[in-house]
Amino acid sequence: MTELFIEGDPIRDEKAPEGPIEERWDKRRFSAKLVNPANRRKLSVIIVGTGLAGASAAATLGEAGYQVTSFCYQDSPRRAHSIAAQGGINAAKNYRNDGDSIYRLFYDTVKGGDFRSRESNVYRLSQVSVEIIDQCVAQGVPFAREYGGLLDNRSFGGVQVSRTFYARGQTGQQLLIGAYQALERQVAAGTVQMHTRHEMLELIVVDGKARGIVARDMVTGEIQTHFADAVVLATGGYGNVFYLSTNAMGCNVTASWRAHRKGALFANPCYTQIHPTCIPVSGDYQSKLTLMSESLRNDGRIWVPKKGDDKRDPREIPEEDRDYYLERLYPAFGNLVPRDIASRAAKNVCDEGRGVGPGGLGVYLDFADAIKRMGRPAVEAKYGNLFDMYQRITGENPYEVPMRIYPAVHYTMGGLWVDYDLQSSIPGLFVTGEANFSDHGANRLGASALMQGLADGYFVLPNTINDYLADGPFEKLDEDTPEAKEAAEAVRARIDTLLSIKGDRTVDSFHKELGQIMWDYCGMERNEEGLRKAIDRIRELRDEFWRNVKVLGENDELNQALEKAGRVADFFELAELMCIDALHRRESCGGHFRAESQTEDGEALRHDDEFAYVAAWEFTETGEQPVLHKEPLEYEYVEMKQRSYK
Amino acid sequence: MNITLRVWRQKGRDDKGRMVTYKVEDVSPDMSFLEMLDVLNEKLTLEDEDPVAFDHDCREGICGACGVVIDGVAHGPETTTTCQLHMRSFSDGDVITVEPWRAKAFPVVKDLVVDRSAFDRIIQAGGYISAPTGTAPDAHAMPVPKTDADRAFDAATCIGCGACVAACPNASGMLFTAAKVTHLGMLPQGQPEREARVVNMLNQHDEEDFGGCTNIGECAAVCPKGIPLDTISQLNRDLLGSLASGKAE
Ligand SMILES: Cc1cc2nc3c(=O)[nH]c(=O)nc-3n(C[C@H](O)[C@H](O)[C@H](O)COP(=O)(O)OP(=O)(O)OC[C@H]3O[C@@H](n4cnc5c(N)ncnc54)[C@H](O)[C@@H]3O)c2cc1C
Ligand code: SF4
Ligand code: FES
Repeated sequence: MTELFIEGDPIRDEKAPEGPIEERWDKRRFSAKLVNPANRRKLSVIIVGTGLAGASAAATLGEAGYQVTSFCYQDSPRRAHSIAAQGGINAAKNYRNDGDSIYRLFYDTVKGGDFRSRESNVYRLSQVSVEIIDQCVAQGVPFAREYGGLLDNRSFGGVQVSRTFYARGQTGQQLLIGAYQALERQVAAGTVQMHTRHEMLELIVVDGKARGIVARDMVTGEIQTHFADAVVLATGGYGNVFYLSTNAMGCNVTASWRAHRKGALFANPCYTQIHPTCIPVSGDYQSKLTLMSESLRNDGRIWVPKKGDDKRDPREIPEEDRDYYLERLYPAFGNLVPRDIASRAAKNVCDEGRGVGPGGLGVYLDFADAIKRMGRPAVEAKYGNLFDMYQRITGENPYEVPMRIYPAVHYTMGGLWVDYDLQSSIPGLFVTGEANFSDHGANRLGASALMQGLADGYFVLPNTINDYLADGPFEKLDEDTPEAKEAAEAVRARIDTLLSIKGDRTVDSFHKELGQIMWDYCGMERNEEGLRKAIDRIRELRDEFWRNVKVLGENDELNQALEKAGRVADFFELAELMCIDALHRRESCGGHFRAESQTEDGEALRHDDEFAYVAAWEFTETGEQPVLHKEPLEYEYVEMKQRSYK
Repeated sequence: MNITLRVWRQKGRDDKGRMVTYKVEDVSPDMSFLEMLDVLNEKLTLEDEDPVAFDHDCREGICGACGVVIDGVAHGPETTTTCQLHMRSFSDGDVITVEPWRAKAFPVVKDLVVDRSAFDRIIQAGGYISAPTGTAPDAHAMPVPKTDADRAFDAATCIGCGACVAACPNASGMLFTAAKVTHLGMLPQGQPEREARVVNMLNQHDEEDFGGCTNIGECAAVCPKGIPLDTISQLNRDLLGSLASGKAE
C-alpha cells in the first residue's frame, strides 16, 4: 500500500495545554497574547464563509474592533448551509436535572467519536456549549419553550439525557439568523465588509504566512485579491464529493482544498457520516437527498418486513411479520443508536433483500404507535413541518402510511488539520466549523455540529486568534506582491483551461459518476479491493474530465457551469485522498467501516494499538503520493473501550 | 410527461431580455421543478446553448435562494418554495411560463437570478438585537411566555426569498420587514430597541425603492412560510407607538 503514500514525521498539537482537563481552556486563554483594543482596528481578518462558524466569528471579531472582510458564495450570508439544520443544538445546561454535566457531554462526545478525537478539544467544546445557548437567547433566537416560559429540551441520537435545544424543526435556521443579524449589525457599524456572490479560489501565502485570498466575483467574473493579517476558513463540509448528499448544492471543498495544496494538512478525510433518516432516491434526475431530522427516531419506530419481497401495504403487515431490527439488535438504545450504527443496520437489511420502496433501498419509519400514544395533534406539534416536507417530496401522507427512509451522506468529520487554537499548519490560517477536523473524531453525535460551529466562532477563535494577531500588523501587501500575482494568475489559467476544453460531457455528468464511485466504494462499507478500484477509476475519470468537460460561456459573466466545474475539479483530488485515507486505515471506527475489521456480530472493530492517531495528509502533487503525518491520540480521562450500544 | 417552457432569458443587468421557448421531454412527476430545469440545462449544454441561470442552494425550502414566477405566480401553484414544487403539480402537455422576480428593488442579474441585497440592508438598518458575544445572562434568567415565543418563532421562519415582493402589485417589501419587526418585538430581549428598530427598518425599506403597502394581501398568499398578514398590523402599531413616544432616532 505504501506505493500510494509516503509516511512522514509525526506531528503534535503544540498549543494544547496540559494539566487537569477542566483548567486547560482557562490556561490557554490566559497564556494567549492579547491585543489592546486600540490596536485591533489596525489588524485585519478575512473570514470565508458565513455559516454558523463564519458569521459568528465575523460578528464577534467585528465587535472586538478588528477589521473583518467576509465572503460567501450565496447572494446573502443568511443562506449558508447551516440554515438547513433541523434537529437541534446540544448544551450541557442540565436544565432537566437528569444527570447531565459538562463531563457527561464530553464523555458522550469522545465515546460517540469512537476515540478518534482529542480530549482537550472536546472538553472545551462541552464547557463552551453552555454559553452558546445564553448568547443565542440574548440575540432573540426563538427556541422552543414550555408553558412556564422556560426552554424545552429533547434527547437526540445516541444519548440518554435531554440536552438538545431546538426551534421546531428549524434550529439551524434560527441560530443562523441570529448570527447573521449580529453580522449585519457589524456591517452597519463598519467593522465588517461583506462580499456576497464571491467565491474563494486560492489562498495567498507570503513568507510562510496566510495573508489573503483570490476570489472571483461571481457576477462580473472579476478575479480579485484580498489581503489581511490572518485568514479564517469557515467554508463547511465536503459531503458533495458524493454528488448526492443532504448538503446544499453549492457546498464544496474548494477553499479547503486550495489551502491544502498550499501546505495546510488535511486530516482524516475518509471520516464521513452517513445519516440514517433521509428520503430515498426516486430517480436518476435526483439532485440532492433530503434529511428527515433524526429527532423523528425519538417517536418513530424503524422496521422492515421479516421476509424479503413482502409486497403488502405496510399497514396490512401484522406485527408478527415485522422486524423492528434496531429494537431487536440494540435493546438498550433501540431506535436511538448512533447514526453510523443505524445507517449500517439499514444497509444490511436492504442487502438481505428486505428493503422497501423503489429498488428495495428503504426502510419504514412508522409513527402509528406514536399517534396512538400521544394523539395526532401532539405528533403534529412536534414534527408537523417534517411531515409536510416528506409529503411534499414523496406525495405520500406519513400520518397514514409509514415514511420510507434510507441513509445518505450528511456530514464530514474530516477537514483541515488545526491545533488547539484552530490554526492550521499554515501560520495565520485558521479553520472553524465543519471545515476543520477537530472535535468529532470518527463520528459526530447529533446536534453537535451546530454546537461546534458556534463554539468555534463565538468563543474559541476570538480567544485564540489574538495570540497570532498580537505580532501584527504584518507587512502591507498589494496585488503586485509576487505571491499574490502568481495566485491570481493560477486562478485565471485554470478558468481559461476549463472554458477552452469544449469537450462533450457536462460537469454534472462527471460529478454524478464520481459520486457513484465514492458511494459504492468509499461509502457505508469499505474494503481494500473496492478502494483500490475506486482510486484507479477516479484517476481515469479525472483525466477524462480535463480532456472532455464542456463548460459554455465566458468568465466575465454569471456562469454557474464554470463555478461547478471548478468545484468538481477539486472534488476529484479530494476523492482520491479520501480513498487513500480509507485504505490506509485498516480498522473500523465510527463512520469508517472496513469490512475486514469487524467483530463477530458485525460491529466496527477498532485497532487502537495501530490506529489511535489523526491522519494528517500533506499535499505533494496531483496524482502523486501524499505524505502521511500521524498525530498520536491519548486518552487520560475516558477509558478506551470498544463501543457497545447493546 | 412532456412540458413546454417559456423562459425569461436576459444576459445581464442592462440587457433587454426576452422569452424563449424550450421543450422538456420525459419529465417525471416526482422531479422537483428545479430538477426539471436541471434536465433542461443538461440538454441545452449538449446543444451548445447557454444554460438558464437560476438561484438555488439547499433545495429543501429553507435557504430562500430559489424563487421564480411560474405562470404568473411567485413560486408557482403550491404555496411553497420553487425547489419544493414538484412536477406532479403539472400535467402532460402543459406550457409553463417562467420569469424572474420583478421589482425595482430586485434588479435582474441574469436570466432568472435577481439581486436581493436590499433585504440585507433592511436588516442592517435595525433587524437585530444588540447582544455582543459574551455579554449574555443565563438563558433562563428571563422566561418568555410560550405564546409569545411561538409567535416570535412563526415570524422568524421568514426565509428572505422575496416572493412577497414579487407578488405585490406595489413591489412592497413590507411583509419581509414586518416579519422581522414581529419576531424581535415579541421577545423581551427585543424591547430596548423596539421603537428605533421599526422606524429605521422602514426608512431603509423606502430608500431601497420598494413600494408602499396598501394592504392587498398578495404577499401573504404566496409566502412559502405562511408569514401572516397581521405582522404588518403589528408593524404599523409599533410604528405609531414609536412616533408617539418620539424615541426613534
Ligand atoms: C440537512 C442538514 C441538517 C443538519 N442538522 C443538524 C442538526 O440538527 N444539528 C447539528 O448540530 N448539525 C446539523 N447538521 C450539520 C450542520 O448543519 C453543519 O455541519 C454546520 O451547519 C456547518 O456550519 P459551517 O458554518 O461550518 O458551514 P456552512 O454553514 O456550510 O457554511 C459554509 C459557508 O462557506 C461559504 N463558502 C464555501 N465555500 C466557499 C468558497 N469557496 N468561497 C466563498 N465562500 C464559500 C458558503 O457560502 C457558506 O457561507 C445538519 C446538516 C445538514 C446538511
Ligand atoms: S415574508 Fe415570506 S415571501 Fe416574503 S421573504 Fe419572507 S418567506 Fe419569502
Ligand atoms: S433552494 Fe433553498 S429554499 Fe429553495
